[in-house]
Amino acid sequence: MAEAHDGVDSGETAGKAVAQQDDHSTPAPPVAVARLDRIENPGFPPERLRVTDLDPKKEKQAERAISALFFLSIVGSVLAVAAYILFPIDPLDPGSIRLNNMFLGIGLTLALLGVGIGAVHWSKALMHGHEQVEMRHPTRGVDETRERAVEIFSEANAESGFTRRRLVRNSLIGAIIATPIPAIALFRDLAPAEDPVALLKYTMWEAGTRLARDPSGTPIKASEVTIGSVFHVIPEGLAELESHRLEEKAKAAVLLMRLPVDALNETEDRASWSYDGIVAYSKICTHVGCPVALYEQQTHHLLCPCHQSQFDVANHCKVIFGPAARPLPQLPITVDEEGYLVAQSDFTEPVGPSFWERALLVPL
Amino acid sequence: MIRRIETLHTMATTSAAPARRVGRRHPLATTALLVVGLLATGGAYALATTTATADTRAASAQLIEDGGKLFAANCASCHGMNAEGTAAGPTLIGAGALAVDFQVGTGRMPMAASGPQAEIKPVQFTQEQIDAMAAWVADLAPGPAVPASRYLAGDGDTAIGAELFRINCAMCHNVAGAGGALTEGKWAPGLAGVDPVHVYGAMVTGPQNMPVFSDLNLTPEEKNDIITYLKYVDENPSVGGWDLGSLGPVSEGLFIWIFGLGALVGVTIWLTAKSN
Repeated sequence: MAEAHDGVDSGETAGKAVAQQDDHSTPAPPVAVARLDRIENPGFPPERLRVTDLDPKKEKQAERAISALFFLSIVGSVLAVAAYILFPIDPLDPGSIRLNNMFLGIGLTLALLGVGIGAVHWSKALMHGHEQVEMRHPTRGVDETRERAVEIFSEANAESGFTRRRLVRNSLIGAIIATPIPAIALFRDLAPAEDPVALLKYTMWEAGTRLARDPSGTPIKASEVTIGSVFHVIPEGLAELESHRLEEKAKAAVLLMRLPVDALNETEDRASWSYDGIVAYSKICTHVGCPVALYEQQTHHLLCPCHQSQFDVANHCKVIFGPAARPLPQLPITVDEEGYLVAQSDFTEPVGPSFWERALLVPL
Repeated sequence: MIRRIETLHTMATTSAAPARRVGRRHPLATTALLVVGLLATGGAYALATTTATADTRAASAQLIEDGGKLFAANCASCHGMNAEGTAAGPTLIGAGALAVDFQVGTGRMPMAASGPQAEIKPVQFTQEQIDAMAAWVADLAPGPAVPASRYLAGDGDTAIGAELFRINCAMCHNVAGAGGALTEGKWAPGLAGVDPVHVYGAMVTGPQNMPVFSDLNLTPEEKNDIITYLKYVDENPSVGGWDLGSLGPVSEGLFIWIFGLGALVGVTIWLTAKSN
């Protein structure tokens, strides 16, 4: 084993070392069974010399190639600095980011790859190429060291009185346990302060809320929704919200479509939810909550781009394909005395993906 | 006509005249200017109207007639002799000139074969022929007309256009306008290099499965902003470098899986292989 560490032995001796090691570690068979199928350790194959070992010209070539790579790395580093100065990022010109990043990237790539490839090439082509075995050190310490370690521990215990002074020790353990408690209190506040179930069940829509255009927030008149039209809708007042605007939008986003009246197959209980062929459905997919807005005005299909769920707008957005489990919730709408489209109420079921407490909705 | 305009001019000047007399100009300067102005505009207008009106009317009647002939020869087999529609094609009454300009001007019509969606082909007609058919269809019933060129200039607000595009168009056409797949073999086409009048026409008329974005939803100015954004995307390379067709995670993921991981595997093999 000691020869192996020297690293000067030839391939054959190293192979023997492996074979010997193998013999030592093979446990004696418990019963006398002739192991005919036992494979002998073949050791290392005979060493093949590299071209750089055989031909001094090739060696010189490799040396030049390696130093060329290292020089290339220096050039890359200089280039990166030069690119950073020559192509500054102009905040008003997004195109400048492109040039800056590209030349900076080329410079840094040359700098890093030059060192890396050069170093690997050096070790492969020029550093000595003998194969050798390096045995693992035993992990168990010598008995002397182990005894000394135990001694240090008991000495420290005696001197500090860790087991003797129980009040000090226990109060220390208590103090350590108490330190993370403020973190729990602080991070607890990241969760919604209110009951999240209620937040998931209700949206900004309520009786009389006007349907407004996204993003301008201008209300929509029923007369403006021509057949085949689609409007991306937010509740009026959302654009002016001071806080939680995106959260409210994520729940309240609605897609407004107008179909020819005879194309709509409405159930009796929901016939009053549309207005002259104008229907409004939640834009939040019931699968995992992507915005469903790929509306095909001839087939009246809505496609969710994330997982290809398809909803049939003509039939209360029932699922006709894909992983969504429920139809998109419909927003009951009507028209106020000025001709603007308004909601009759909030959605009558929670929008978006399913969650555990979803079924426990209190009727509005 | 000429007389009415002259009276309008005189009315305008009589009300403005007393205020001007206070100035340092010669008392007759306003009158002289007025006479010169009236003669010039009135004369020019008279010249233009006497020759042009008769011509336009004749020309448009001729245009409609030509359009009707072209329609009968090329479109009537599906849309019906009077554009009333058949089982093979919808009625075009009320479709408007803009729909004709879009469908024929992009080569979608006449359709080569019925399928999930009309494909874009080389345009089959000259612009004059398209205009003639558009005039004939527009003559059947009022419908969307070709917009004024100021709404197609692409000189609007790019930022507003980009926001409107992301809200109204990007879910089908992709945020960079690269297009995308729809259901059952249909697709939203890419928008690179599309003539602004066709972008505008698609929004107003809602061709095939595209929904309608009428002027009551997106005003002509907002449509111009969207055209401005598309022009910006066309003319400016992606800030992030090579965009791999702007198709998003699919093309980018495929690229990194094949070339990124491929390169890593190659380097690993090179690291462990013995030098020659």
